[in-house]
Amino acid sequence: MIFGQYFLEATYLIASCLFVMGLKSLSHPDTARRGMIMAAAGMAAALVGTLFHPEIHNYIWIVVGLIVGSSIGIPMAMVPMTAMPQRTALSHAFGALAASMVGLAEYVIHGAGLGPVKMGALGLEVMLGSLTVTGSLIAAGKLQEVIRGTPIMFKGQHYVNLALFLGMITCFVLWMINPASGIYFYTLVGLAFLFGVMLVIPIGSADMPVVMSLLNSYAGLSSAATGFVLGNNVLIIAGTLDGFSGFILSILMCRAMNRSITNVLFGGFGAVVATDTAAGGTMREVTLDDVAVQLAYANQVVFVPGYGMATAQAQHACRELGDLLEERGVSVKYGIHPVAGRMPGHMNVLLAEANVPYSSLYEMEQINPELSTTDVAVVIGANDVVNPDARDNPKSPIAGMPIIEVDRAKSVVVLKRGKGKGFSGLENPLFFKSVTGMLYGDAKSSLSNLVQAVQKV
Amino acid sequence: MALIAAFYTFAEQTSGGLTLSPAVLVASLYVFALAAFLGYQVISRVPPLLHTPLMSATNAISGISLIGSLVIAGSRYEHHQTLASVLGCLAVTSAMINVTGGFLITDRMLKMFRKKETVKAEEKK
Repeated sequence: MIFGQYFLEATYLIASCLFVMGLKSLSHPDTARRGMIMAAAGMAAALVGTLFHPEIHNYIWIVVGLIVGSSIGIPMAMVPMTAMPQRTALSHAFGALAASMVGLAEYVIHGAGLGPVKMGALGLEVMLGSLTVTGSLIAAGKLQEVIRGTPIMFKGQHYVNLALFLGMITCFVLWMINPASGIYFYTLVGLAFLFGVMLVIPIGSADMPVVMSLLNSYAGLSSAATGFVLGNNVLIIAGTLDGFSGFILSILMCRAMNRSITNVLFGGFGAVVATDTAAGGTMREVTLDDVAVQLAYANQVVFVPGYGMATAQAQHACRELGDLLEERGVSVKYGIHPVAGRMPGHMNVLLAEANVPYSSLYEMEQINPELSTTDVAVVIGANDVVNPDARDNPKSPIAGMPIIEVDRAKSVVVLKRGKGKGFSGLENPLFFKSVTGMLYGDAKSSLSNLVQAVQKV
Repeated sequence: MALIAAFYTFAEQTSGGLTLSPAVLVASLYVFALAAFLGYQVISRVPPLLHTPLMSATNAISGISLIGSLVIAGSRYEHHQTLASVLGCLAVTSAMINVTGGFLITDRMLKMFRKKETVKAEEKK
């Protein structure tokens, strides 16, 4: 090895260490920011080191790519926090696209010369990468509501998917046997693109947290496979970290819904609605002033946000109400379900954006024991995550899903747009309980009106 | 084992230096396994509070495929020069989107997670 190569490898080693340290710092919000700056420095080191790579002769394409990439990447970092899920889905697509393009280029350049081990890794890389590209684009389209958010299903869908999957495997095997026949390889890529689409269209928007995590995992593993193809350790390390992070998140999300990954991917949840529930009776509507009095004289109030808060952009109004109540000596907490929203941690980011200190944000396990001593629980645009049927009715489609048990509070106020069912189409018995009062209307204006009403109390 | 050995001999005979040598493959598998173990340990300690920043952070980090893309976009080849450069350039672009966008938005988000005292102090200003 010549000196230049040692320098290059040194920057990669430094980058790997800084990445791990950066992720470790995410275990606490106080250290997180500094850690991520370290990780970014690691990335910069690896980038600069690579620019001096002995094989690089022509900088035109590199400069074009770096400039175009930055000029798309920087605006993409400026999106409002409510658009985080679709932005993240898009970035999964770009990550996977980069890995697939590297794989494609490697095959175009070296062809069969790569040898079977590298070809195996390359095939895996391009297959995972390509299906993640289209899958993530569909997910982003659903989240942005360009594509219908409800599951898109048709007869024989499972067979079509199975056929596509078997087709991919066949192409992969045939290509491994005849490495020089590009036709198998390119068919594999085409099938993978199609498979990605088919994988995500039957999944409803409410299951997006799982899908997002899973696509995150695929994109990461695809990068790791790139590392095997290029024989580059920092790629393997970074890709594996990304892949495992996505994998762990998907498990956590599935656990929070008491469903298996297969069920999420192939269940088409939300398409068929079983209305087999004991829910019935009348919903009690409450007035603003009633709620304001209840809140103002409470000892403890817990807000439980859901995706409805994000769509109504109600996080700032919510924080205003929370602050006002705290000034009156009320203890204010926010209870956050792991799958509330459209991606892991979505609600936390929205509330943090609205200046809610993180010490007021409570996880489901932390808030549940406190609910029996809570005077008022305010549900803002959440539905399934507070549905007592999950706990009480074994026949319910969401039976066994852990919920935030707001019905144990002395009083519950549900902010809801209208009398209709929630996104999943399930009836929610919470709304019919005697402790529950319904406050209809747009969550944002309801909360702002509550602020004014509380000020008058 | 004999089969695997034969497989490698075949691989090396057919294509010279390009292929992955068994020693390198084994080392790579070690790196992969250790990184997976480390990743599991580190990431399971991240609280749900920070799951969104975690996702964008790992996204940014996996933008490291940028370094592979750079070499492809900038190298000289005997065949398919234009195609390889265009693919490389596309890869550099996509990876760069994730690197800049990912780190910037992670930082923007992490800036928002503040202690109660910090929030109060800022409001007084």
